[in-house]
Amino acid sequence: MLFQGYDKGDFCDEMLADDGSVRPHYRSVVEGFGRLNSSEWAQRQTATDLAFMRSGVTFTVYSDSQGTERIFPFDLVPRVIPATEWTQIERGLIQRITALNLFLHDIYHDQKILKDRIIPPHYVLGAKHFRREFMGFNVPKDIYVHICGSDLIRGRDGGYLVLEDNLRCPSGSSYMLENRAALKRAFPQLYQGAGVRPVDGYAQELLKVLQFVVPQNFRDQQPNVVLLTPGVYNSAYFEHSFLARQMGIPIVEGRDLLVQDARVYMRTTAGLAPVDVIYRRIDDDFLDPSIFRSDSMLGVPGLVHAYRSGNVSLANSIGTGVADDKVIYYFVPRMIKYYLGEDPILPNVETYLASEPQDRTYILENLSKLVVKSANEAGGYGMLMGPWAAKEEIEEFRKLIIANPRNFIGQPPISLSRHPTWCGECFEGRHVDLRPYILYGDKITVTPGGLTRVALRKGSLVVNSSQGGGSKDTWVLHGDE
Amino acid sequence: MLSRVANSLYWMSRYIERAENVARLLDVNLQLMLDFVDMDDAQLKEHWLPIIRSAGDEETFFKYYEHADSRSVTEFMTFREENPSSVISCLFTARENARQIRDQISFEMFETINDCYLFLKSTDARKIWQDGAHAFYNKIKEYSHLFQGLTDSTFLRGDGYEFIQFGKFLERTDKTTHILDIKYHILLPTLEDVGGAVDAAQWQAVLRSVSALQAYRRFYVADILPWKVAEFLIFSPTFPRSIRFGLERVNHFLHLISDTKPGDHRSAEARAFGRLVSDMQFLTIEDVMNGGLHEFFVRVRTTLDQIDDFLYQSFMYHPPTDLEAEIRLHQQEMQQQQA
Repeated sequence: MLFQGYDKGDFCDEMLADDGSVRPHYRSVVEGFGRLNSSEWAQRQTATDLAFMRSGVTFTVYSDSQGTERIFPFDLVPRVIPATEWTQIERGLIQRITALNLFLHDIYHDQKILKDRIIPPHYVLGAKHFRREFMGFNVPKDIYVHICGSDLIRGRDGGYLVLEDNLRCPSGSSYMLENRAALKRAFPQLYQGAGVRPVDGYAQELLKVLQFVVPQNFRDQQPNVVLLTPGVYNSAYFEHSFLARQMGIPIVEGRDLLVQDARVYMRTTAGLAPVDVIYRRIDDDFLDPSIFRSDSMLGVPGLVHAYRSGNVSLANSIGTGVADDKVIYYFVPRMIKYYLGEDPILPNVETYLASEPQDRTYILENLSKLVVKSANEAGGYGMLMGPWAAKEEIEEFRKLIIANPRNFIGQPPISLSRHPTWCGECFEGRHVDLRPYILYGDKITVTPGGLTRVALRKGSLVVNSSQGGGSKDTWVLHGDE
Repeated sequence: MLSRVANSLYWMSRYIERAENVARLLDVNLQLMLDFVDMDDAQLKEHWLPIIRSAGDEETFFKYYEHADSRSVTEFMTFREENPSSVISCLFTARENARQIRDQISFEMFETINDCYLFLKSTDARKIWQDGAHAFYNKIKEYSHLFQGLTDSTFLRGDGYEFIQFGKFLERTDKTTHILDIKYHILLPTLEDVGGAVDAAQWQAVLRSVSALQAYRRFYVADILPWKVAEFLIFSPTFPRSIRFGLERVNHFLHLISDTKPGDHRSAEARAFGRLVSDMQFLTIEDVMNGGLHEFFVRVRTTLDQIDDFLYQSFMYHPPTDLEAEIRLHQQEMQQQQA
């Protein structure tokens, strides 16, 4: 009933197969929701939005005296992934993070991959987030990337592709958990019967990872783990405090910490208390004003010294940003081959590097057909969507690319898969991506689920929350239907 | 617990209590005004100015309003965000503090204070206030009570709880002295003048503004006698908004926070405060009247301020970090190691 008249259009649709039939793993959703009419649906959607607002599940848009807060729009139709498909995704992600972690270790030590000319050295050594200062430094247990949130998309043929790796401070896991809780509240019976794998273990698993990397020097005690936040006005503050609460660890700001004799302490009502592991949600640049940006008010002077002395662990480690560089992304399939001797299970999106003469010519000749991205921007910024861009914008990018080719890549636009999404009166197809969360501790785990982001604006391919994106609950099934 | 967290718990609690007290004060005085007709500007001013002074500041008020009357004063003390003691400012600040430590308080506590915040931000709030201020102030009181009840039933008993209670009772005691102070001048005239119809109404209002009317009646039967009212609100050991009761609770939590035994005072501030608490057992209303009622309230407030400051410095205060000096220190520290 509810999905009657839904038009999948000429796209890969998550719910409907190309012949228009409901995919087997969506049957229970279609049946369950089918019993509702559109006003009942609207009612539940409103109730859910209200619950988010009341419990303060919000992000800050900008800060003034009142702090404008919005909820991250949540669409109640879940995105469903069958078990077989998920197994493939899981294997692909584990393969990818393993290779990336080996890559980080390599470039901060022997640089074999550069010496063997698999990656031209200047790309790595000249990367904005390459931290020369940490050459030869051993991170606890050799783990660089403890928390990773890779963005996956599906093209016209339905195959999964990796769009980018987020190896610094990927956000959104709190929405994965809150979305699930909201959906369970709105449709308890439907959820119960659908055979969905739980995601609730995420926080506990994350805490285990953090405890696992406790510094060698303090291994025999119960480790003190904290979450370091930029503060209450950060747009992701809700997530920080949510995760801290779920893990039962203190959430601290830079000013709560201080370093004495290369040891990190927090200021408590009972004096100074030592800190062993920091889950930091601030970038390298702001961590320690005595090493990186000296104007940083968010960091802790001396923190890097304590880190180098092996007295505190950081998750993620310093220097992982080099692999977030979109030029380095290009080489990930080669890393997988080089370090693991395997073919990538999850392929990259076809990518052209503006700094390679041949590729550059191709990019410049096809600007109106390509998506051009800056190497070190995120959140949907610094991007040219060629097919939809105005002439002036294209010419502007042409100049930028010629001036600094190292900073740009080109990709053919991928027509992301679409998913039925409530648009006020009925369901329409909207483009989605998928951000699963990977944790790297004594083993690598991928939480069965993730954050499905949806571009709520009709026709839009940009799913970022700062640009009109919303989210969905993501169901990974025990079986295939 | 982090010092910053203690600080936020304390202010969250204090501001909620303050909002409730301002709401009570305004509610009761608005109702009291119903008994007076034909008051001229000067009389209105005489009535409302002390109320502004007790919970706000006069200068800010006259920046926004020409006349001090029921409408302007209650608006100023309810919705003016420029007035840091208005109901809305108090609750916004309380909520901001709660948001900073929402991982530390129970979900129910946060939800209540967030609900209250969303209500005050909605257009409904002003409409309800315009339709009937009493219903509005009642709602504010209900939020406060709900919050306190939830604190009682969902919050861990630990040092966090102690900071919350310390803040609450400190604020409450301070406000009770202010409410009595507003009316103290009525106590000064000769005894013959006392007891007129106007006075009775005013003293009833004082009692009602601290929810003490019923309690007072149970204690002293029907007559509202100014001295008796003052005695009750200052010395009652059992009424939870009296000054004595409040001071004893503050004292209790002070010892818990500073981890000292009752009677053990480790600083000048703690000694001065301990002296005041014990005075509450031995002084009589006559002693207080002879020494000057207003002077007594000033002593209570000053002592409270001092102990508050002491606690703040000892447990909550962040010494301002000299960032540059610290950076130099650490840079040098590292150079030494590498040499």
